[in-house]
Amino acid sequence: MLQEEIGKQIMQFMRKNFLFDEKKTLGENESLIASGVIDSTGILELISFLEQNFNLKFEDHELVAENFDSIEQIKKFISKKTGN
Amino acid sequence: MCGIAGIVNLSPAHDPPSLPLLRAMAGSIRHRGPDEFGVYRDRYAGLVNTRLSIVDLSTGQQPIANEDESLWIVFNGEIFNFVELRVELESHGHHFRTHSDTEVIVHAYEQWGDDCFSRFNGQWALALWECHKRRLILSRDRIGVRPLYVSEKNGKIWFGSEVKAIFADPSVERRIDPRGLDQTFTYWSSVAPVSVFSGVEELPPASIRVYEKEGKKYEKIFWRPSYPVITAGNGGTRKRMSMNEATEILREKLMYATKLRMLRADVPVGSYLSGGIDSSLIAWMGRQAKEGTFRTFSIRFEDSEYDETRFQQLMASRLDSSHSDIVVKRKDIARIFPEVIAHTERPVLRTAPAPLFLLSSLVHDSGFKCVLTGEGADEMLAGYDIFREAKIRHFWSKQPGSKIRPMLFDRLYPYLARSPQQGKGMALQFWKRGLERAGLPGFSHEPRWTTTSSLKRFFSDEIRSAVSSENVPSPLESLPAEFSRWDPLAQAQFLEVVTLLSTYIISSQGDRMLMANSVEGRFPFLDSDVMEFCNQLPAEYKLIGLDEKHILKKIAKGIIPDEIINRPKQPYRAPDAVSFLVPDAPEYVGQQLSENVLAKTGIFDVKAVRGLYEKCRALGSETAREGVLSNSDNMALVGILSTQLLHTQFIDQNISHPPGGEIEFTTTVDRLSAPSH
Repeated sequence: MLQEEIGKQIMQFMRKNFLFDEKKTLGENESLIASGVIDSTGILELISFLEQNFNLKFEDHELVAENFDSIEQIKKFISKKTGN
Repeated sequence: MCGIAGIVNLSPAHDPPSLPLLRAMAGSIRHRGPDEFGVYRDRYAGLVNTRLSIVDLSTGQQPIANEDESLWIVFNGEIFNFVELRVELESHGHHFRTHSDTEVIVHAYEQWGDDCFSRFNGQWALALWECHKRRLILSRDRIGVRPLYVSEKNGKIWFGSEVKAIFADPSVERRIDPRGLDQTFTYWSSVAPVSVFSGVEELPPASIRVYEKEGKKYEKIFWRPSYPVITAGNGGTRKRMSMNEATEILREKLMYATKLRMLRADVPVGSYLSGGIDSSLIAWMGRQAKEGTFRTFSIRFEDSEYDETRFQQLMASRLDSSHSDIVVKRKDIARIFPEVIAHTERPVLRTAPAPLFLLSSLVHDSGFKCVLTGEGADEMLAGYDIFREAKIRHFWSKQPGSKIRPMLFDRLYPYLARSPQQGKGMALQFWKRGLERAGLPGFSHEPRWTTTSSLKRFFSDEIRSAVSSENVPSPLESLPAEFSRWDPLAQAQFLEVVTLLSTYIISSQGDRMLMANSVEGRFPFLDSDVMEFCNQLPAEYKLIGLDEKHILKKIAKGIIPDEIINRPKQPYRAPDAVSFLVPDAPEYVGQQLSENVLAKTGIFDVKAVRGLYEKCRALGSETAREGVLSNSDNMALVGILSTQLLHTQFIDQNISHPPGGEIEFTTTVDRLSAPSH
C-alpha cells in the first residue's frame, strides 16, 4: 500500500473519531498529543484501529511516541511494518 | 445562612427600586433561605434577604442596622468568631440589639471600616448600605465559599447571591460571555471576575468593592493564599518547628475550627462522610465537640468503581453515628442534571455535582440544615494527584532523557504499570509535554489546561472568533509578585485554590449543591487560621515523596481506622458521559444535542458535536464501563450538554421566575414613604 493511501485512511479515521468534521484537516507533522487532538485513551483507540485496519500487531517496544505522534510518523512506521 | 440580593441607584435619575421587583429577586433565590424574607428600601436602594435560620433563631432577622440606622446589612454566611468580636466591639462602646453574627458585622464595619473583613473568620457574601452617604459595600470571604454576583449599567447596580436574582429584573440583558466559556473549557470553570454571562461579574473571593455616589468605586483584595518564600539560606522552607510539633498544632487548630462550626449554630449540625480521610477526621472531631446523637450522610454509587460504601460504614460505626446514605445510579444523574445546572449557573465538565445535589436533598429531608464536610484538605495539604504529578514532572525535567525518572508515574497511576506496554510510552509523552517549562508559572497545571483546551475545537466559528478577538483573562496574569519564589508545590497549590477550589469545588460541588436544598456547608479546613497555618508549612510536611497529606495522616493515626488512612486516594468522581448514553436516557439529552437546538444556541459546531455524540452512543450502553470513553470525549460531552442546558434555562427561558417562587416579606423596612433622613 502506498504511503499516500495509508495517510488517507488514517486521516479519515482521525476525522471520524477525533476531529468530527470531514473538512477539517491535520498537518502531516502536527503532534497529535501536543495539539490535544488525542489523549492517552485516544491513543489506544488509534492503535487498535491501526492494528485492525492494516492487519498488524505491534510489539511493546514499538509503542513509543516516536512512531505515533503525527500522521507522517505513523505513515512511515506502517509502511515499514507492511514492507512497503 | 441565606441568600441576598439588591438594587442600588447611584444616579438620582432612576426610580426607586420597586417592591414587586425586590420580591421577585428574593423569590428567585428562596431555596437559599426559605425561613424568612426581609427587605430594606429607601429612595436609592433596595436590599433583600432570604433567611435560613441557623444562628439566633429569634432575633436574627435581616435586614439589620447599626444604632442610628444609618448602616444596613444583608448577609449570607457565618462569621464564626462573632462572639469574640462582639466582646471587643462592646468594649469600644457599641450596643447590640440581637445575638446574631449579622449585627457584629455592622458594628465591625463602623469600628474598623474596610479593615474589618480581615478580622472575620468565616464564610460570607454581604452588602452594607450607608444610606446617608449613599455608599454600597460588597464583600466575599477569603475562598469565595459564599457566592456574590454584580452587574452595573447606567448608574444602577444589581447584586445577588446567584445570577438568577439579577436576571429577575427583566431589564437586565441575558447573554452568554464567550470569555467565560473559554475559561470553562480551559480551567474547568470561569474565574472571577469573569462569569459565563455578559455584563455579570462574579465578585472575586476575599474582595471588598465599594460603590459611592457619582459613580466612584474602588476594590480591594484583603487576602490571598501566601506561602514561604524560598531563600538561599532556608533550603526552600522555614523549618522552625519539627514535624511532630506541627502535627500537634494543626490537630489543635483543626479541632478548634471544627468545634466552632459544631457549636456556633442554634440547630443541630451533621457531617458528610465520603469514606476518605478528610471527612472522616472532621466527622470525628465534630463528634468530640458535642454530646448526643451524631448524624452522618454519605453517597454510594451503583457503579462499583466510584463506590466507597465499605469505608463509609467503617467510619460510621467508629463514630457510632446515626448514618444515612443514598445510592446514586447513572439514570439519577441524567434525571436531575438540568436542575443541577440551574443551580451551578455555569457549565461543568464533570457530573460530580449531581450526586451532591441528591445528598443535600437527603440531609434536608432528614430535617438537617447544616453539615460539616472535609472540603479544602486536598488543596491545603496537597492531596490531589495534580500535585504529585507536578512533582514527578519537575523531577523528570531535570533529566528529560531519563528512562528511570518517569517510571515514578507507575506509582502514581498504577493502571499504567498494570496495563501492557500499550499506551504507556504514549501516556508518558503526554506528561512530557512542556517539560522544558519547569520552573515557569503554570507548569503544574499545564497538562490539565492543555487537555481541557483541546475541547474548544467543538466551539462554533462564531464563539471561536469572539474569544480570539476578546482578551480572555488568565489567572497567570495576576499572580502575586513573590509567586515564583515559592516552592513548586506552593505554586501549584495557589493555582489549584484560585482556579478550581473557589470556582468549582466549593461552588459547583459545594455551596450551590448544598443551598439548592437549603443546607449550609461548613468547612473546617477552610478556617482562616487553619489555612494560614497549612500554607506556612514546609512542602515536605504535606507531600513527602509521593505520600500526600502526610501531616494529616499523622493526625488521623489512632483516630480513624487504618484502612481508611492507608487506602490509596480515590478522587471523588461520578459516572460522567455514560450517564446520558443509556437507552432510556431522558428526552432532553437528545433534544439538546440535536442539530436544531445546537444550531439555534450557536455555541458549538453542530457537525462536530453530532459526530462526538454518535461516537459516544456507539460505545456507551447501560453496562458500558466509563473507560470506554476517553477523558476528552467524556469532558466534551458533559461540558457541551451542560452549556446547552444553561443556555436554554437562562437565556432562552428566564429561570428567575420559577413557579411557586413568589414570596411575601416577613420583615419590611420601607423608608420610601417615611420622611427621609
